[in-house]
Amino acid sequence: MSHHLVEARDLYYAYPDGTAALRGVSFRFTHGESVGVVGANGAGKSTLLLHLNGCLSPGRGAVRIGDVQVTRKTLPDVRRTVGMVFQDPDDQLFMPSVREEVAFGPLNAGLAPEEVEDRVSKALETVDASHLADRPPFRLSGGEKRAVAIASVLSLEPDVLVMDEPTANLDPHARRKTIDLLRSFHHTRVIATHDLDLVLDVCTRALVLHHGQVAADGSPADVFRDEALLAACHLEKPLRMQACPVCGTGD
Amino acid sequence: MHMADALISPAVGGAAWAGAAGLAAWSARKVRLEMDDRKAPLMGVLGAFVFSAQMINFAIPATGSSGHLGGGLLLAILLGPHAAFLTITSVLLVQALFFADGGLLALGCNVLNLGLFPCFIAYPLIYRPIAGTGLARGRVMAGALLGAVVALLMGAFAVVLETTASGISDLPFSSFLLFMLPIHLAIGIVEGLVTATVVLFVYQARPELAVAGQGSTGSGRAVAVALLLAAVITGGLLSWFASGNPDGLEWSIARTADTEELAAPGEGVHALSAHIQEKTVLMPDYAFGDASPEESAGVVRTGTTVAGLVGVGLTLLVAGTLALVFRPRRMSRGASA
Amino acid sequence: MAAIESALLQTGRLDTLARQDTAVHRIDPRAKVITTACFVLLVVSFDKYTVAAMIPFLVYPLALLTVGRVPPGFVLTRLALVSPFAVVIGVFNPLIDHEPMVRLGPVVITGGWLSFASILLRFLLTLSAALLLIATTGFNRVCLALERFRVPPVFVVQLLLLYRYLFVLAREAARVLRAYRLRAIRSRGVSLRVYGSLVGSLLLRTLDRGQRVYTAMGCRGFNGILHPSIPLRFRTVDAAFVFGWCAFFIVARLYPLPQHLGHAVLEFLS
Repeated sequence: MSHHLVEARDLYYAYPDGTAALRGVSFRFTHGESVGVVGANGAGKSTLLLHLNGCLSPGRGAVRIGDVQVTRKTLPDVRRTVGMVFQDPDDQLFMPSVREEVAFGPLNAGLAPEEVEDRVSKALETVDASHLADRPPFRLSGGEKRAVAIASVLSLEPDVLVMDEPTANLDPHARRKTIDLLRSFHHTRVIATHDLDLVLDVCTRALVLHHGQVAADGSPADVFRDEALLAACHLEKPLRMQACPVCGTGD
Repeated sequence: MHMADALISPAVGGAAWAGAAGLAAWSARKVRLEMDDRKAPLMGVLGAFVFSAQMINFAIPATGSSGHLGGGLLLAILLGPHAAFLTITSVLLVQALFFADGGLLALGCNVLNLGLFPCFIAYPLIYRPIAGTGLARGRVMAGALLGAVVALLMGAFAVVLETTASGISDLPFSSFLLFMLPIHLAIGIVEGLVTATVVLFVYQARPELAVAGQGSTGSGRAVAVALLLAAVITGGLLSWFASGNPDGLEWSIARTADTEELAAPGEGVHALSAHIQEKTVLMPDYAFGDASPEESAGVVRTGTTVAGLVGVGLTLLVAGTLALVFRPRRMSRGASA
Repeated sequence: MAAIESALLQTGRLDTLARQDTAVHRIDPRAKVITTACFVLLVVSFDKYTVAAMIPFLVYPLALLTVGRVPPGFVLTRLALVSPFAVVIGVFNPLIDHEPMVRLGPVVITGGWLSFASILLRFLLTLSAALLLIATTGFNRVCLALERFRVPPVFVVQLLLLYRYLFVLAREAARVLRAYRLRAIRSRGVSLRVYGSLVGSLLLRTLDRGQRVYTAMGCRGFNGILHPSIPLRFRTVDAAFVFGWCAFFIVARLYPLPQHLGHAVLEFLS
């Protein structure tokens, strides 16, 4: 299946209050690619992400997932293919227990109970959260919530994973675990983040958004070396690419 | 004000429950038929919002006291009447279960008192016609003020009606009403002011919500409201007649001679309902001691009273012992863990 | 409102209690809902002067407390936090009703005091039954029971979500309020002018959250119905629970048990 392709052509989107959030965004992500979408606050990252599974529909232009164009009609299909992890796990986790939370998507998809159970345990195992199955999601720690939110999407077995700020508000250890988890996936991944070091760790490609337009698109190492570009887009070199102020090394 | 289980009779509570359940079922149908499914999450979240908003007290000007939002009219404005009615019902259910506000049987009364009036009377008949869909400050203010006052006064009236019809409290109808109405007039004015300020703030920040929020206005609304009113009135009368404990009222009437404050209105009704009650009573009433008040010419004898007290003491003892015996052994481990 | 705030905080405790595993917790939620309804209905159906005959009904909450391992102090403190409407109204009874009804030697008790005592007892019984239903069942399972009783799905869904976001929004409101108080040291409450924008902005954020929650649910194929993944089974034990308790309630309602007991004991002694 060529479902793993994600393609956007000339996307325009304005919010009801008139704010133009996307102004002609185009790209094509291929199978297994891991893309970091970076940019300043309000650059259009979250808006772009919401287009990828049809939560928003563009004012102009189109999104394709594989061979399927995202429209109202193809929505159920698209949503099974594209899994979306939200920035605030509290928005996403609403069921009484972790197990039910992870089962929510598969049950809505109408899968058989045994199949659902199977997928739930597999998804929880993947994110190393099997021990949390009977806990209520809103009582978990930030890192655990994040893991469960990811599991609740993995259980739908999507081909493409879309994530908004997967490391926001996490302590260093939880952040590291999340990054390791993201690296272990073989899905096509689209990750919006301010954490440029995460992009270096996980992504094979960086897409820089600025004022609703693509300002740069290339390998993270190349993009992040362009200091003029980074400054113009309100970004900063990833810490590990900066000269170390303590020991004076770095590139 | 929350009606409480301790003050109502089964007939009143049951009638109100039936009315509230019917309205909720009808509202749920409406929400499903007329609105998109995005309402359910929004309803839930707004219900939770009402709780959190109630944590925030405001200073009532020139009184030195403070109050908090009720939220009924606000929900009706934001969600439309049907969805708002369901949300208010759930808010009250959570309050009944978790905060022991009112109780489970009184839930029906509370849903009618606090949900029916803002959603199906104050909003469609007062707020909407006055405020319209525009953002005019004065109109929103006037509509919210009048709507909230009417809703709260009707609610207070219903509380009084339910209480006196139940006959557990001895408060006479008219003095209870005189006590409740002024308080709820004041509460209504404040509620209206607060609702209007919040609504105006939200509309200013997001004008698009002013249009989106105005749920559905079905053509059959007028008919529905008329039907509803009729149902409420009949329900009220029915529960009045069917009151499970009119003997309390009958009693008061019997003592008119030495109680000046007894209410004049409704005496005929009380007597009549008491009469009906005597004829139809299913369960014999047991007062403290064996004698029910009507038949005791004098006072219950000391001997009977002693027997009663001994019995109560023993019952408590037995219950306590059983509790000790059945106390799970794991308890101690659980406590130390 | 301090009472609401602490009540909200304690609600988390109620949740913890509900997750215990005891004989009472294992009873099907539907059985407990039915039994609680029967209990409340029969308690409320007593004559207004009844005190003694109501006492046996205490056995039910006591049984749930002990077998369900709910600390009695917890229930009592929660009852103390309750809005005292019933008590406020009931306190008028002794002032209005002076008819002597019970004599114990030189002490005469009037009908008003008797009916007030009855109101207090009703208060204690009905509200503790509601609290214990939650403490031994949990809100989500009560919702599940409601769904099985054919309550419309849209109602159940928004009820579950209301409960879910209660804590999230309460914390949000508490943060906003704390930030306000730190900068408005002298005022008792939020001034009305500020209130509009303070609560209004809270409301705007709530509306946004509602939208995000809806989106998140939509992304996983939500179409208006929750599919419960925990099957409910109504076993013989559950039926026995319902019938046993309801039979006891009815007997206690029809016969003044303490009275009979007292007579029997006094007769035996004499």
